[in-house]
Amino acid sequence: MSRSAMMPFALSLSKGCTFLLSLPKKGRASTSSAQTAFGALLSLVAVAIAAPVTAQTVAITGGTVVIGDGSDPIPNGTVVMRNGRVVSAGAGTTVPAGAETIDATGRWVTPGIVGGFTRLGLVEVSAVSGTNDTSAGESPFSAALDVTPAVNPLSSAIATNRAGGVTRAVVAPDTSGDSLFGGQGAIIDLGADMDAVMRPRAFQFIELGETGASRAGGSRAASYAMLRNALQQAQRYAANPNGYGGGSTDDLLNRLDAAALVPVVQGRTPLFVHVEQARDILNAIQLRDEFPRLRLVLVGVSEGWTVASQIAQSGVPVIASALNDLPAQFERLASTQSNIGRMRAAGVDVAIGMIDDNDTHLVRYSTQYAGNLVALQRIPGASGVSWGEAFALISSRPAEIMGLGDEIGSLRAGRRADVVIWDGDPLELTSNVDAMYIDGVEQPLVTRQSRLRDRYLRTDESDLPQAYEW
Amino acid sequence: MKKWGLAVAACAALLGCATTGGDSGSASSSGSAGDREYSALFDPDPFPSTYRPYPGRPTVIRNATIYDGEGGRIENGQVYFADGRIQAIGPTVDAPADADVVDGTGLWVTPGVIDIHSHLGNYPTPSVEAHSDGNEATDPNTAEVWTEHSVWPQDPGFSRALANGGVTTLNILPGSANLFGGRSVTLRNVPGRTMQDMKFPGAPYGLKMACGENPKRVYGGRNRSPATRMGNMAVARQAWIDAQRYQEQWENYRENGGTRPARNLQNETLVGVMNGDILVHNHCYRADEMANMIDMSHEFGYEIASFQHAVEAYKIPDLLREEGICAAMWADWWGFKMEAYDTVFENIPMVHNAGACAIVHSDDENQIQRLNQEAAKALADGRRAGLQITDEEAWQWLAINPARALGIDAETGSLVAGKRADLVLWNGNPLSVYSRPQMVWIDGALMYDMNDPRRRPVSDFELGQPGEGSVR
Repeated sequence: MSRSAMMPFALSLSKGCTFLLSLPKKGRASTSSAQTAFGALLSLVAVAIAAPVTAQTVAITGGTVVIGDGSDPIPNGTVVMRNGRVVSAGAGTTVPAGAETIDATGRWVTPGIVGGFTRLGLVEVSAVSGTNDTSAGESPFSAALDVTPAVNPLSSAIATNRAGGVTRAVVAPDTSGDSLFGGQGAIIDLGADMDAVMRPRAFQFIELGETGASRAGGSRAASYAMLRNALQQAQRYAANPNGYGGGSTDDLLNRLDAAALVPVVQGRTPLFVHVEQARDILNAIQLRDEFPRLRLVLVGVSEGWTVASQIAQSGVPVIASALNDLPAQFERLASTQSNIGRMRAAGVDVAIGMIDDNDTHLVRYSTQYAGNLVALQRIPGASGVSWGEAFALISSRPAEIMGLGDEIGSLRAGRRADVVIWDGDPLELTSNVDAMYIDGVEQPLVTRQSRLRDRYLRTDESDLPQAYEW
Repeated sequence: MKKWGLAVAACAALLGCATTGGDSGSASSSGSAGDREYSALFDPDPFPSTYRPYPGRPTVIRNATIYDGEGGRIENGQVYFADGRIQAIGPTVDAPADADVVDGTGLWVTPGVIDIHSHLGNYPTPSVEAHSDGNEATDPNTAEVWTEHSVWPQDPGFSRALANGGVTTLNILPGSANLFGGRSVTLRNVPGRTMQDMKFPGAPYGLKMACGENPKRVYGGRNRSPATRMGNMAVARQAWIDAQRYQEQWENYRENGGTRPARNLQNETLVGVMNGDILVHNHCYRADEMANMIDMSHEFGYEIASFQHAVEAYKIPDLLREEGICAAMWADWWGFKMEAYDTVFENIPMVHNAGACAIVHSDDENQIQRLNQEAAKALADGRRAGLQITDEEAWQWLAINPARALGIDAETGSLVAGKRADLVLWNGNPLSVYSRPQMVWIDGALMYDMNDPRRRPVSDFELGQPGEGSVR
């Protein structure tokens, strides 16, 4: 069997077009020489980076187009991109004169998947501590910790999830030790280049609920005391940075941590709060009574459906786990796969995230999870979502919650050209990615895993060991 | 495949014959050799199954797409079951006029899903410390423990596996902290007040073994052996050597009488393995380590029924085929530790395509609800890599293959007349993300009905709690 027969999907579209467009930030030819030494996979990366950058207009025609805003798929639609942005997408779009055309007949064309809550790029091998940068239990710092330098754009998790259609991700640090603050998360793209962080210090992450109580000393009361103290000190720091930390025993927060919380308490940076239980959800929302400028985002929220009207009334958005339906902790007794459907029905602004669920390596599960929520529509008593809404839960909804709805998460005109061409319904288990673009740049879909697969699909060792197959 | 048939032991006999001894305590060195049979002296089945099928109605499903679990497919087919057993299956079947009729138009029928690797009951939810009963991590050899004694029948996970996953049979394994983790137990997914009420009648016991990172980490971290992979092998081999000695002592006693040797639960289990009565389910990720475990099995004359996790099975499918060892795998879990670093998403179809026995397993209270979806992902990835496997062939990964590896394939695992009527009626193509179980029968009894909110179990733990009964 020839290699090409084994990989019928390898980047070649029906017209054989391979385009390499780029935004200015992607035109990083200066970095390519150092990278070419890293073997075949990285050579692909370097090729992508070093490719000519043009303002070519590309039209993807004939496919089923998903805008990602909750609307239904559009048969026989066209997506036009230029200069790394979406020019137009939909049924009525005409192909501009001179555009390169990609025939996507029989395929689906969608915005890239946005991982609503992940730890992508922070871990190579979870149990190998030197490669795991999710948390820092021995650090004297907490809220000041910033994942930006920890994100490794060349980690195999980035490549593997890219090959699964994920183009952007919310990347959160985790908590550990004796602080309920995990630190500052980022928004990244999954492009095959060294420029992964799209928005650094995009939010602060904290644990309340059972984990937060444990971090803060053993009770929910302790976690709220720690949080209240920290936010008050951030306010004090903001009022007089030079006077902060003058020896007062009240200054439990060091200068860097206090400084990191200033944009949080001033409402310039969202505060991600991990809560699961109904009472913890309501307690978190009530933090705004005391700190009215907080921009809360609730994460996890397994029991959200039981207090859905209160969440909806508060206007606080939610990034929820999709399929957790077990009482894994006492704070999640009311877990159900209908959680997201019921919250949506109550008017909660919700997206799918991967908290406590393969958040480091399998964000590509997002499409499967969204598909499962569609399946719930057919089960009496369960609450699912429509297909269009399910896709939005993993594209435009997380983007909008992060304030990036004008940039990513949909194919509405003007958005970054994060475009995925699938060989079928992207929420279906049997579908795969045929091609994908980030900022209009076509991305490699080769991974370390696909290399291993190809090596071992050749089982003939009569002449040489498999180690020579590379 | 040579050994898949061995496991259909009529009961979980410990040594040799399958009689259920009730005359323990009658030891006497003056009796005949037969009186000194180990299995005559000690009850080989001291915690017997009390499972009884619930009553069912004679039922015929018509107009359905049927995967028989052995690789066969019937379009627009029929299956008739009564008295707890499959009575007939085919394009048309003879069914009595008073049988209940289920119209399967647009629906699929498969055998009930079998999960060969579950911790429901021994690591139940809520996952609190008081419920952590899966690893007796106090010694690298705890072959003496039986995980059935850890199983909490009120684990809420059983109901989700039924309603969302169509799981009708599951094998509960001890954890992998130890080289010899203890005995596994196969359960019917029917709620019971006791573990015995769920125990699969006649299913052979398994022995959980482990190689690789976990045992050496757990015991090396305590400055104990094993601290390395070579230590893993040395400690395991010594355990087999000790079990051989134990077996010899009992052989000598049976033939010559004299002082009766002391009974030892740890060695009983290992001797049961060497006699072929207990099936080895060996947690092992790396290809090279699976080869070591295979050689060790040859050294001591036992057989390995399955490798569990087998992340690198795709590197040695020829070896697995020749040895007749099943590989139980995830579709795509990877990267959580070094020995899971070389996952390929085509592992399952690559093993299958090489002619070896592939199984989709969960090892997880969430994935057990979606084993059909895991199979679908693996199947699609395999096809993209050029491995042409049909849907109905792939269903073997969830049906007859795990049944064989568990030694219960004469009873369940496929839709064959005479077998237990364990069936799932799916509300669409079961390899689609949009499909769920519509009805699930276990031994012909309707245990779940999507359209009947009362026809699904709610555990004691959930009763009166927030979200009671919210299985999806």
